[in-house]
Amino acid sequence: MPFEWVVAIRFLREGRMQTVLILAGVMIGVAVIIAITALITGLQGSLISRTLGTQAHIVLRPPDDLATPVLPRDGAAFAARVEKRAQRLRSIDQWQRIHAEVDAMPGVTASSLMVTGAAFAARGTASRAVALIGVDPERYARIVKLPENIVAGEYRITPGNALIGADLASDLGVSIGDKLRVATAVNRDDTLTVAGLFDMGNRDLNRRWVFTTLSAARNLLDLPGGVSNIDLVVTDIFQAERIAREIASRTGLKAESWMETNAQLLAAFENQTMTTRAIRTFVTLIVALGIASVLVVSVVQKQKEIGILRAMGTPRGKILWIFLIQGGLVGFLGALLGAGLGAVLIQMLSRLVTDAQGNAIFTPDNDPLTYVVAVLLAAVVGLLAAALPARRAARMDPVSAIRYG
Amino acid sequence: MADGAPILELAGIRKHYGDDEAVRTQVLHGIDLVLQAGEFAALIGPSGSGKSTLLNIIGLLERPSEGRLAVCGEDTGSLDDTGLTRLRGRSIGFVFQFHHLLPAFTAIENVMMPMMVERNRADAAMRERAALLLARVGLSGHEGKRPSQLSGGQQQRVAIARALSMQPPLVLADEPTGNLDTHSADGIFELLREVNRGSGTAFLVVTHDPRLAARCDHAIELVDGRIVSARR
Repeated sequence: MPFEWVVAIRFLREGRMQTVLILAGVMIGVAVIIAITALITGLQGSLISRTLGTQAHIVLRPPDDLATPVLPRDGAAFAARVEKRAQRLRSIDQWQRIHAEVDAMPGVTASSLMVTGAAFAARGTASRAVALIGVDPERYARIVKLPENIVAGEYRITPGNALIGADLASDLGVSIGDKLRVATAVNRDDTLTVAGLFDMGNRDLNRRWVFTTLSAARNLLDLPGGVSNIDLVVTDIFQAERIAREIASRTGLKAESWMETNAQLLAAFENQTMTTRAIRTFVTLIVALGIASVLVVSVVQKQKEIGILRAMGTPRGKILWIFLIQGGLVGFLGALLGAGLGAVLIQMLSRLVTDAQGNAIFTPDNDPLTYVVAVLLAAVVGLLAAALPARRAARMDPVSAIRYG
Repeated sequence: MADGAPILELAGIRKHYGDDEAVRTQVLHGIDLVLQAGEFAALIGPSGSGKSTLLNIIGLLERPSEGRLAVCGEDTGSLDDTGLTRLRGRSIGFVFQFHHLLPAFTAIENVMMPMMVERNRADAAMRERAALLLARVGLSGHEGKRPSQLSGGQQQRVAIARALSMQPPLVLADEPTGNLDTHSADGIFELLREVNRGSGTAFLVVTHDPRLAARCDHAIELVDGRIVSARR
């Protein structure tokens, strides 16, 4: 082992109590950083997956119908007021071509053609307003995890069958195998058999969603051969907005990403992330100050030893390194211990942070990279914190160090 | 080092502290001194006569305010801090009054330390040489002991072994026996003389003890920063 390391380690071992205390300080600091990172990342992750569990990352819709003024504006007369047009349900123009194009886009992992519109679901005298959703069951399963949320019956969307929410079923008093009449505003109706009930964990969706086949929905909503929207899933959810903008400019369609739909949630995340970052920064700073103060004391205590080493021909550079290494070692070893404590803390937190039913509401994000980064960062912080005391040691005058040490 | 060149050559060495005229303290007033290889010299004088300052200057721990100092034929005036440190490490061994061993290291490690500083890594040859040196100062079997586990005389013997570990042509000893009882003091002094005779290492020993000074080849008496007598 090189000379500087030998002396640095021996000095640390000699200052037993100081070393133990500062190691404990670094350990706790690193554990807090690791735990809070895992907690916030885990919480955000489970909130996002909950939010995205019931919606597509990007929804493509036909562009709005615009009213076109028929009077030329530069003429003597023009329309002073142009009424906005009511948006009727329309199909995406040339959806086959657009679907093929977006499905092949890099970053897009799944796509599903949809026919969606308003309808009434009725049984006997009871009726409810619902959202009729025509899907290709296989493709749709890749957008929303509907099959996993089936609580009765099965995930079967075939001609003449429908999937409805558990709450709608109890409102209308239907169960598996019962018939349901679905009517729309364009005066069409159909009778569908309930093949399965789902529970999306959201009452509103459980009351409103009625899934059937594409052709049944086309027929009911009077959209022959049409597609009202295309739902997409992307690889990196935080790229959704960028991909949506790209699709919009390429196809002229309205493209809405989940980030736009959930702008509030994202803003909350950003604030949370900033708070976490501030906490991490201050904890790091405290750890650095702790290491620096212990080393400052150590330099004073070791004055005589420094003088002796200098008298024996140790250059200033090596004295500098002896103390830098001590800082780096304390940071590194403390962080290793802190990583262990952090892992324990994370386990405890995931058990403590629960919902009303006592279920853990988040899975801690135990990313090994967090540990590696925290440990390396602590070593670097230790080195930097040692810079000042080490410089002081290196500049020490050997004569006064020996005489007054 | 050229053959026959003196180990140490001081010409007109002056030292003062404080740059301001009003507070300036002149400690050394023009010291001329030559020490030949293998000589054993005593530096004597009352407290405050400038012995320690002179020893620090010779030991390259302090720079003189004026004058020329050559160690092993090398003029030190043109050397920077790194150059002085290197020359010090190779050519000068130190024995201090209060031994100044590193408490965190064992006796043998303390002896190895100057070699480790020079070569950066401990090896078997170093350990062997350190053990040999400890045996020579009569401390076989004490290799693994910490300084705190040794008596004052034993600590000083370790310090002597350490001073010899780089085989320096010159050893500076600042009251090496000042902290010891008469019996131990005699032993340590005898050891220094033995090493001097055996290896030809030159010694410059600061002492208060006229009895010991009388046993040196050469005694230099310093009073108020001036050499008042040099007996050969």
